Amino acid sequence: MSKVLILFAHPKFEASKANKALVDQVKDIPGVTFNDLYENYPDFLIDVEKEKEILNNHDIIIWHHPFYWYSCPPLLKQWIDLVLEFNWAYGPKGNALQGKKCLNAITTGGTQEVYCAQGSNMYTVNEFLRPFEQTARLCSMEYLPPFAVMGTHYLSESDLNTYANQYANLVRSLLNDSLLKTTKDSSLLNNIPKPKNLNSL
Amino acid sequence: MTGSILFQAIVFLAGAVICVPIAKRLGLSSVLGYLLAGVLIGPFLLGFVGEEGDDILHFAEFGVVMMLFLIGLEIEPKNFWKMRKTILGLGGLQVLATTALSYLFFTWVGYEWKVALTVSMAVALSSTAITLQTLKEKGLFQTTYGTSSFSILLFQDIIVIFMLGALPLLSNNASGAATDTHSGSANLLENLPLGLQTLAIILSVAMIVVAGRYLIVPLLRKVATARVRELLTASALLIVTGISFLMEFVGLSPALGAFLGGVVLATSEFKHELESTLEPFKDLLLGLFFMAVGASINFMVIQENPGTVGGFLLAIIVLKALVLFIVGAVFKLKLDQRLLLTVGLAQIGEFAFVLLSFAFQLDILSKEMMDIMLVITALTMTLTPILSMVNERLVLPKVGTKESEKRPIDHIAKNSKIILVGFGHFGSTIGRFLRAHGVEATILDSDSNRVDFLRRMGFEVYYGDATRIDLLESAGIGQADMLISAIDNPDTTLKLVELVKHKHPNVQLIVRAKNRYDAFKLLNLGVENIYRESLDTSVKMASDVLSQLGFRKHTLHRQAQNFIKMDVELLKRQSQLPKIDKDYIFQARESMAQQEKVLEDDLKRGIMGNDGHWDTEQMRISYSTNKEQ
Repeated sequence: MSKVLILFAHPKFEASKANKALVDQVKDIPGVTFNDLYENYPDFLIDVEKEKEILNNHDIIIWHHPFYWYSCPPLLKQWIDLVLEFNWAYGPKGNALQGKKCLNAITTGGTQEVYCAQGSNMYTVNEFLRPFEQTARLCSMEYLPPFAVMGTHYLSESDLNTYANQYANLVRSLLNDSLLKTTKDSSLLNNIPKPKNLNSL
Repeated sequence: MTGSILFQAIVFLAGAVICVPIAKRLGLSSVLGYLLAGVLIGPFLLGFVGEEGDDILHFAEFGVVMMLFLIGLEIEPKNFWKMRKTILGLGGLQVLATTALSYLFFTWVGYEWKVALTVSMAVALSSTAITLQTLKEKGLFQTTYGTSSFSILLFQDIIVIFMLGALPLLSNNASGAATDTHSGSANLLENLPLGLQTLAIILSVAMIVVAGRYLIVPLLRKVATARVRELLTASALLIVTGISFLMEFVGLSPALGAFLGGVVLATSEFKHELESTLEPFKDLLLGLFFMAVGASINFMVIQENPGTVGGFLLAIIVLKALVLFIVGAVFKLKLDQRLLLTVGLAQIGEFAFVLLSFAFQLDILSKEMMDIMLVITALTMTLTPILSMVNERLVLPKVGTKESEKRPIDHIAKNSKIILVGFGHFGSTIGRFLRAHGVEATILDSDSNRVDFLRRMGFEVYYGDATRIDLLESAGIGQADMLISAIDNPDTTLKLVELVKHKHPNVQLIVRAKNRYDAFKLLNLGVENIYRESLDTSVKMASDVLSQLGFRKHTLHRQAQNFIKMDVELLKRQSQLPKIDKDYIFQARESMAQQEKVLEDDLKRGIMGNDGHWDTEQMRISYSTNKEQ
């Protein structure tokens, strides 16, 4: 069984309904480590060695964050800048993360319709996430399509619930290593089938 | 003329009210002010107070008792125990050496050995009242000089019991006769054989300890629940008088008993209540005591025996100072601290009054000898504050410079661009942090023992009083960019800031302030970089509390920064209000008013909860209403 690390970055988690719904569903699943970056490093003083140790102990890394200005909140960027060290995560001797899987789990205010060539945002979230994709690639990680809750401004409680369950499904499948090859090629990881042996988890 | 109590009260109070501010204005200590007030109103100048001076002296000795109780309150038993070596060592050596030397002197002059010994014992004692009051006023309690003085005085307070016990053995009369002339006070010890005397001493000390734990504290709890403020005052006074009475009853020193009582109560929850309650009584009584000493100087005796009085006076002060200087050297006090100690304790203390009159009752001393010695005692008490002043103004500055000249590497030739003043807990943190960044500040500290210790730890600390312009100049203030003041005492800080602002206005000042009120004064002096020592810590504490309650840490972190920023702005705004009255009576009221203002401002601003950032609620509302339309 794999282990999942959720690197959660939200500067104002207490004001986010969508993320509360998502986090509540996944953080206590056995095999999941929920690393609340803004709570652990309120002053941005990241303990790099500790973070590297945590990364060593996990197989799947989820960058879970709101999609602010087509990117992540600053502390997650800080985490990437500091923790993914040269000759550790990348570079000639940097193979610490080799073979791990990596993806973004994001919440966006705009709907999927505005995130496309015809929409006001011109590009899809996948295109906007290219820097993350390339970061994962440089670290020899397998970059998976993102999980996205989009149009959060318009979602009702029950919509949020649906997304939260989808997120939990995804996390369980990742723990279970049961993601299908075809799923990996889709643009978002939202609607994956329920893991079959769910009860065994 | 000196009849009614009211009139006497007026005389004493007026004396104090007139003389002490004048003394302070002239830069003298209040002790000297009181003493001079006493001389002025005494029988030999204005004659407002006559024979009553003696009674008042006796009454006012109670101030000393209270002072020792309060000092005891400051000392927790374990700290007291830690000091035992210094108390025994410093104090023992001082008392022994002074007594011996003085004995040699008085036998050389031609007195009988009993007289010489009695007088010598009195000479060995220094004045707790004067020294501690001065230490407190100058904020020198924490220096090596302060703790050394305290140790010596404490030892003297203990040894005086044995001296009083030993006096009857020197008596020329048959042992019984002494009690007849003794002024009526019941003294249990005298009638007991020696072994039982010791037992009684131990027993009464034990009684104080036990009563402190199991009687006084529960009593205070009861009183506190009654919520009648003056009852607490009454209880505080009751405790001190009770202990004094007990001690006097068994024939021990009330001061020592009170000190013990204080130590016992130091760990109780009423420590601060008792302190604040008794403080004004103590101050007033001590003032009265000093005035009584001044009033009791018998100028007739001086007139009749000018040679004897003058000679003895000089000899005693020199002799005491010499011993203190040597004792200081033995215990490795630095020169400046040693000189302070030498002059500070060179007087004969208030216990001498007791000792000498007791000796007279026992017929050891003649009336004439007692009078001479009493006058000398009072004179030394008056002279030493003056000598201290001379020492501080004229001698110490030279010593300080000499010290830094003596040590070539010390020499502040490096002239680093930053000067850090004060290297206690606060300053040392600054120094360490700067040093961790390769920034070596020129560090000044006024405790040479600490200077040496820190130097051994590898710090570069220099010795001297930073409020002296010549020292600052040799420290290179002319070339410095910045001066960091990490001084604990707000008055010293102000003095330093004023001095630097005046003489070197281009040096940037980075100043530690105690509190809001302090910061005001600094703002008014034009200092821009003010650091209130407790602001960051208290806000940090508050945010940690909120975090425990479930608030998010990053939000709190941002709010804390905001809160501090707003508080600083508020401070600056308030400082632009009309200038604060400098008289200290108004300070308390002013600072209360400010506190009120701050709280009011907090209320107006409302709860800090919502800074609006990263909050999508507004967007949600706006988009969903659009959608519905």
